[in-house]
Amino acid sequence: MKTIIDNYIRKEMFPNIWCPGCGNGIVLGAIIRAIDELKWDKNEIVAVSGIGCSSRITGYVDFCTMNTTHGRALPFATGIKMAKPDLKVIVVMGDGDCSAIGGNHFIHAARRNIDLTAIIINNMIYGMTGGQYSPLTPTGKFGSTAPYGNIDQTFDLAELATAAGASYVARGTVYNARQSSSLIKKALDKKGFSVVEIISDCPISYGKMNKMKSPVDMLKWIKDITVSKKVWEALSEEEKEGKLVTGEFVNIDRMDYSEKYKGIIKKAQEMGGNKQ
Amino acid sequence: MKERLEICLSGSGGQGLILAGIILAEAAGIYDGKEAVQSQSYGPEARGGASRSEVVISNNTIDYPKVMKTDILLALTQTACDKYVKNLNEDGILLADSTIVTEVPNISNKTYLFPITETAQKKFGTKLVTNIISLGIIVGLTKVVSQEAIQKAVCSRVPVKAKEVNEKALLLGFNIAKDLRTKK
Amino acid sequence: MNNQKNIKLLQGNEACVEGALLSGVKFFAGYPITPSSEIAEGMAKKLPKIGGKFIQMEDEIASMAAVIGASMAGLKSLTATSGPGMCLKQENLGFAIINEIPCVVVNAQRGGPSTGLPTKPSQGDMMQARWGTHGDHPIIALAPSTVNEILTLTIKAFNFSEKYRTPVILLLDEVIAHMREKVEIPAPEDIEVINRKKPTVPPEEYLPFKPDEDGVPPMANFGEGYRYHITGLVHNYKGLPTSDSQEIDAFIRRLHNKIEKSIKDIIIIERYLLDDAKIALIAYGSVARAAERTVKLAREEGLKVGLLKLLTIWPFCSEEVNKLAQQVDLIIVPEMNLGQMVLEVERASRGKCRVVPYGRVDGELINPIEILGKIREEIKK
Repeated sequence: MKTIIDNYIRKEMFPNIWCPGCGNGIVLGAIIRAIDELKWDKNEIVAVSGIGCSSRITGYVDFCTMNTTHGRALPFATGIKMAKPDLKVIVVMGDGDCSAIGGNHFIHAARRNIDLTAIIINNMIYGMTGGQYSPLTPTGKFGSTAPYGNIDQTFDLAELATAAGASYVARGTVYNARQSSSLIKKALDKKGFSVVEIISDCPISYGKMNKMKSPVDMLKWIKDITVSKKVWEALSEEEKEGKLVTGEFVNIDRMDYSEKYKGIIKKAQEMGGNKQ
Repeated sequence: MKERLEICLSGSGGQGLILAGIILAEAAGIYDGKEAVQSQSYGPEARGGASRSEVVISNNTIDYPKVMKTDILLALTQTACDKYVKNLNEDGILLADSTIVTEVPNISNKTYLFPITETAQKKFGTKLVTNIISLGIIVGLTKVVSQEAIQKAVCSRVPVKAKEVNEKALLLGFNIAKDLRTKK
Repeated sequence: MNNQKNIKLLQGNEACVEGALLSGVKFFAGYPITPSSEIAEGMAKKLPKIGGKFIQMEDEIASMAAVIGASMAGLKSLTATSGPGMCLKQENLGFAIINEIPCVVVNAQRGGPSTGLPTKPSQGDMMQARWGTHGDHPIIALAPSTVNEILTLTIKAFNFSEKYRTPVILLLDEVIAHMREKVEIPAPEDIEVINRKKPTVPPEEYLPFKPDEDGVPPMANFGEGYRYHITGLVHNYKGLPTSDSQEIDAFIRRLHNKIEKSIKDIIIIERYLLDDAKIALIAYGSVARAAERTVKLAREEGLKVGLLKLLTIWPFCSEEVNKLAQQVDLIIVPEMNLGQMVLEVERASRGKCRVVPYGRVDGELINPIEILGKIREEIKK
C-alpha cells in the first residue's frame, strides 16, 4: 500500500542508518505529513542538515537536499534563502549540531529572523559518535564522556531562540508525534525564523547509559518529563524541576530578512550611481 | 625630470597622508596620464601611530611599487622626519612642518621648512587641510604633477562640501611654494 | 579624462570588486578582517544596486557556508578574508571541493601565524592554499601582482570556478590589496564570462555527479526542477553516499583529473628576459615586481638574469620550471616566507640546477636591491 510518506522519500536510500527504536524516523514522518498538508511543490523545497544521525534525514527526502558540515547547516541555508527567497528552506539539526558547534549560527539566524524553519531533534546525546554528552544532556545524566554524571547546565533552546528573536518557537516530542507534526506545519508556514525542538529518544546510547534499555522505556520517560504549557503553569517551582514544557511559545509577525533586504536593494538603486 | 620619482609622505595617523598620496597618484596617473602607484604603511590605530604614504610616479610601467630612495619627503612629525630622512636621495627634497618638526638633520639647499599645521589652523580654522596645503607646496616646489592635475584630483577625492576649502588650501600651498623658492 | 577607456585609480581590493562584478557576481558573504575588508565594503555598496545580495555573517565559517549555499541556488558567489579567517574557512572549503560548487575565495595575505601582522604583507599562505583543507584534493589558486591583474585574475577566478566546478582561491597580499594603481576597467562586452554547464537531460535522467568528457559534471541549481542530494560524504553519480571502493577511487581521481587535464588552460605565467638567462628568479605577487626591477638592475651590470612570474600558483607550473632548470645555472626564489614556493621549485627542478631560497619575514616587502645582493652573493659561490 502506498502511503503519503512514499511520495516524499528516496527509496533507494532505505533501509536507513538509524537504530531500531530511534526517534528520527518519527520526526521524518512528522515533517513529511506537515509538508503534505501544506501541499508544497517538492521542487521548491530545500532541506539542509549538518552532521549527526538526525542530519541523515536530508538524504532520505526527495527534495533539493544538502547534508553539510557539522553545526553549519543554518549558514548554508542562509545563503540559499538569500539567493532565492522563493525557495522553502528547512533545516534539520541534532542537539549537539545546533546547540554546541552550531550554537552561534542558531542565535544569529534567529536574530536576523531569516525565513528558515529549524527543526532540532533533541535526543540529548551525540548518538553517531557513541553517546558523548551534549549541551542538552540533563545535569546528572550519563554519557560516554560523562561516566560520573554530567555536571553541565543545559540550554533551553526554546528560550534561547525566543530571546534571540525568532518569529515562531515551539517544542514537541516523538511521544506525541501528531502534535509535533502540527507544530512543524505552523513553523513551516511562518514567515521568518521558526524553531521546533522535538524531544527524541536514543535507546542505544542515551537509554543504555541511563537505565532505559528499550525504546518503550525511553518513550515513557519522555512522556514523564514533558508537560504541556497549561499544566506547567500550575506547577510549583519544585515540581518544575527536571521537566520540559511542550507546545507553542512564540508566534509573532515580524518582517523577515529577505524582505528587509529587498528594501536595501530598493534604497541602493534609488541612490543610483552604479559606477562608484 | 627623472624617469621614476619616489615620494614619501610621512607623519602620524589622522593627518590625512594616505588621502594626500591618493590625490597625488590620481593627479599623476589619471590627469597627467603618467603611471602612478600609491601604497601605505600604517599601524592598527585609526588615529595617531606612525603613518606613511608612498607614491611612485613614472613615464613607464612601474615594477617595484615602493620607495627605494626617496626623491621627495614630506615630514609632518619629528619621529617621521628622523626616520625617513635617512632614506632621502642626496639631491632629494625635504619639506618639513616647522610647527612640529623642530630639529631637521642635514639641512641642505633642498630643505624647506614651513609651519603648515599652524597656517592651516590660522587661515582655515582647522588642521584638517594640512595635507592639502602640503600637497600644494610640494607641487609648487617640484612640479611633480601639473597644477591643473592636482586641482582636479583634489576636487574629485574630497567630500563635496569640503571642496571649496580644500581648493583654497591647495592654492595657498602653491603660493607658499613661490615664497619658499624666492627665499632660497 | 579619457573618453574611450574607463581608467581609474583603484585600490587592489576595489579592483577585485570591479572584477567580480564584471564576472557576474551576485552574492557576497563575509566577516570583517584586515587587509581584505574593503572588498566586503565595496560589495555591500554595489551588489544591491544590481539586485545582488550582500550579507555580513556572524563569522568566517558561516561566510564560507553562505557562499556555498548561494552558489548552489545559482548565484556566482564571493567571499574575502585574510589568514586567521582563511584558517576558519577550510572545512567548508573542502565541502565546496567535494561537491564541486563554484565560488571564489580571496585571501589577502598578512603576516602570521595567528593574529600575526594584520597590516603587513606576507606570502605565508601559499602552502595553506594548496593543502589547507584536509583530504586529498586539487585546488586552483591565482596570484596577481598588480592592481590591474587583480581585476583580470578575479574574472579568471570566477571563470575557472564555473568552468571546472571548483572553488578558486585568489591569493593577494597586503601590499597589492591596499595599493592604488591605474586600472583600465574593461567594457562588459570585451571580457569573456564563463557560466557553469547546465544539464541537458530531463530531471529524471539527471545524474548530478556524472562527468562529461572534460571530467566536469553539468550542474543544476536548486529550485530549477532538478531534485538531488549534496553531501560532504564521498558520493556516487547520484550524489548519494557510497562506500563502494571502486566508486570512491574513481571519484577522488576525477576531482584531481578534471584540473590536471586542463592544466594548460589554467596555468598562467609570464616570462621576462628569460631567453638568454643563466640565472632565473621565480616569484609571484608583489615580490614579482621587486624581482622584475632586480632583473633590470642586474642586466645593467651585465648579469644574465630573467624572471618567471607566476600568476597561477596552484596547480604549480612544474613543467615550465623543469625546462627552465635545464637552461639556467641558478634559480633564486624570493618570497615573503622562509621557504614555501622554493620547495615546489626544487621538486620541479629535479636537481638540474642550483635552487636557492631568499626569504623575508619582517612584514616588509622584499626590495630589488636585496635580491640583487643575493644574486651577487650566490654567483661568488
